Amino acid sequence: MRQNSLQQRLGLNTLRFFVLLVLLFLGIILWEVFSKGSGVINSGFLFDYPRKGMTLGGIFPTIMGTIFVTLVTTIFAIPMGIATAIYLSEYANDNTVNRLIRASIRNLAGVPSIIYGLFGVAVFVQGMGLGSSVLSSGLTLGLLTLPYIITTTEEALKNVPHSYREGALALGATKWEAIWTNVLPSAVSGIVTGSILGLSRAAGETAPILFTGVAFYLRYLPASVSDSFMAMPYHLYILSTQHHAIEEVRPLAYGTALVLLSLVFVLNIIAFIIRYRYRNFNKARI
Amino acid sequence: MQKRHFIDRAIKWLFFGAAATSVLVLLGIFGMLLFNGVKAFAHISLAEFFFTSNWNPSAYGEPSYGILAMLASTFLVTLGAMLLAVPLGVGAATYLAQVATEKTRLILKPVIELLAAIPSVVVGFIGIVMVGPFIARVFGLSNGLTALNGAILLAVMSLPTIITVAEDAIRSVPNSFKEASYSLGANQWTTLIKVVLPAAYSGIIAAIILGMGRAIGETMTVLMATGNALAMPRGFFDPVRTMTATIAIELGEVPYGTTHYYSLFAVGALLFLISLVVNLLAENLAGRYRYKL
Amino acid sequence: MKTKLAVRDLHLHYGTKEVLKGINLDIPENNIVALIGPSGCGKSTLLRAMNRMHDLNPEAKVKGKILLDDDDIYAPGKDVVAVRRKIGMVFQKPNPFPKSIFDNIAYGLKIAGENDKHKLHAIVERTLRSSYLWEEVKDDLDKSALSLSGGQQQRLCIARAVAVQPEVLLMDEPCSALDPISTAKIEALMLELKKEYTIVIVTHNMQQAQRVADLTAFMYFGEVIEFAPTRQLFDAPQMELTANYLNGNFG
Repeated sequence: MRQNSLQQRLGLNTLRFFVLLVLLFLGIILWEVFSKGSGVINSGFLFDYPRKGMTLGGIFPTIMGTIFVTLVTTIFAIPMGIATAIYLSEYANDNTVNRLIRASIRNLAGVPSIIYGLFGVAVFVQGMGLGSSVLSSGLTLGLLTLPYIITTTEEALKNVPHSYREGALALGATKWEAIWTNVLPSAVSGIVTGSILGLSRAAGETAPILFTGVAFYLRYLPASVSDSFMAMPYHLYILSTQHHAIEEVRPLAYGTALVLLSLVFVLNIIAFIIRYRYRNFNKARI
Repeated sequence: MQKRHFIDRAIKWLFFGAAATSVLVLLGIFGMLLFNGVKAFAHISLAEFFFTSNWNPSAYGEPSYGILAMLASTFLVTLGAMLLAVPLGVGAATYLAQVATEKTRLILKPVIELLAAIPSVVVGFIGIVMVGPFIARVFGLSNGLTALNGAILLAVMSLPTIITVAEDAIRSVPNSFKEASYSLGANQWTTLIKVVLPAAYSGIIAAIILGMGRAIGETMTVLMATGNALAMPRGFFDPVRTMTATIAIELGEVPYGTTHYYSLFAVGALLFLISLVVNLLAENLAGRYRYKL
Repeated sequence: MKTKLAVRDLHLHYGTKEVLKGINLDIPENNIVALIGPSGCGKSTLLRAMNRMHDLNPEAKVKGKILLDDDDIYAPGKDVVAVRRKIGMVFQKPNPFPKSIFDNIAYGLKIAGENDKHKLHAIVERTLRSSYLWEEVKDDLDKSALSLSGGQQQRLCIARAVAVQPEVLLMDEPCSALDPISTAKIEALMLELKKEYTIVIVTHNMQQAQRVADLTAFMYFGEVIEFAPTRQLFDAPQMELTANYLNGNFG
């Protein structure tokens, strides 16, 4: 008996230790980036162009490029993702075609990001002749984000009480009217949360944009969606592996990592807050 | 009245079209990889591609296209990542699902999701500036950018996937199983090891497989942190170059329409098939763990 | 008395299971008809068939006719939206939409294309008055309908159904989630509403059926066993099954 309780104490403490280790990983990454990156952050770093072969200056065009390409991703992936989720949650019954659609979405979620990059090159850059551009990259990232947005939106729609749909239909609403006036408004925070998280992933991705539009260095911001662009994740990759004076630009690399990480975390925290509020709102409703 | 009905029907078809796009994209990806990949075999023999280890497509005169070394690299790095991430991930998932209080769980889960949100390029950067040098110092290597470095980083990246899916599986074990065990005088630990974890077995395996998929497909981290040496790796202290890294390094420089260009799609097709198998396997297992009460 | 709603040999299958086995029922205009019977006898299923709510469930297959003023609501090509406008429904649990009280009442009118603010206001006020809710909520029309009490919510749902001026009102155990005082208010409201509407109500509460219904149908295992004036059915049931049920021998 005593041996048993000793075993239990040891076992449970091992599990605790594992959790702490996982948290430690996160802590170390954050500490490393924030402690060494914060020194270079100032308005010059955020709002200047890189200078002197990217050994001086800021990362302004990379920030703008990431925002621009994420915007294209948003415009493509969010309507597409929401439409698909509405179809699956509200219209699709369980038949072969719809099962095929669901299976495709689940499998798309597991396709490596570099494969999306290959697809983008072959289809958008070469096939459609969109060239190496914001549009090609935005669409590629859009495809990558799509399964995520679909899944989270469908989840949000499923959480809307069935009675909202029935109630509207009983009053003579068509199916679409019931969805538009009654289901979507109730699911909106869940949809927004999922979309933000999906976009935060897109913003941090590198592999899909590598060959579809991102550029090493540009003296101008992209003027249209058919221009190529600079992006934060790629810039970090360049500064830490491809630069001619890697040690010299290390502080800039830390700064870039810090800004990128902050952008992603801010988006995640916003999403978390929306979800948290929504949960409380739902509780109040019951 | 007629207009309302028209809108209703039009929207249904519009949304069906959006949904069907996903099928088209998946088929499109596969078709595109196959279409381009197959062209590579006009000049490369299947035997050379799959069974030799020398990858040197840009060699003047006699290029070689053997993927064995990068296949081994991908395998080695993934294996290392799983050796680290499986005990950690399943342990942490068990803690979250069965030991932690609800309040702790609600705080820890979003924190772990935050780990998943870190862009892979940042993880790769950490590998260059921190983990790599650390490995070099500890093991007395001249360069820390090795398979081990990649394995550690990929372990960290696949942890959130493993923890989330495994936790879900472990939580879905019915309470009645536990109660039965407790009523026989077993303590919490014995119940966890002998009853709860075995009951969640297939879900945990699904979690591990999904984590593995994440590790196999990861590009930037291994590209930045594993040294990118083309030779057949002999162990964790060797630098390696995985399939994903090869595509990432070479696609940017290769002229469009050459055998080299197509060979990269062939590598991509293989990678795609691996990830498809991984997904289907995980899905099949995950579908089984839900207990119907 | 004119027949408003006539059910003719109605069968309903869920997958392979037959839930309604050839129902025939004549519901006269401006009457309240109660459907009673043990749980699972098919009374709610029948009620939902009356405004084609089963269309939502691909498993459910309906055979037979339901005639609204001699017009089959299941006829091929029939506009289901138009059917539901004429046949309103109040559900077991109050289901106000997460909108303001005003918007809840105006919902059915707005989707039908009524946008005139003054007209909407007039109808909302009239409807709320007729459901005796006006005095309680007239200062809070912009407040969320979810802030109302359960009984108020259900009266709001009745008002919402009435606002589109249907011809028939279906009520699926509308008081099962409410306290006795709210129940009394809703029953009074029903008696008032039957002057203008035909009402079909599913209820588990025998007293309620006796208080409000003109006619009562007793259902058992997907069949109507007995359909008679309420007083007669309760005081002198013709069928043994009915008598047994009313005596509490099963159910």
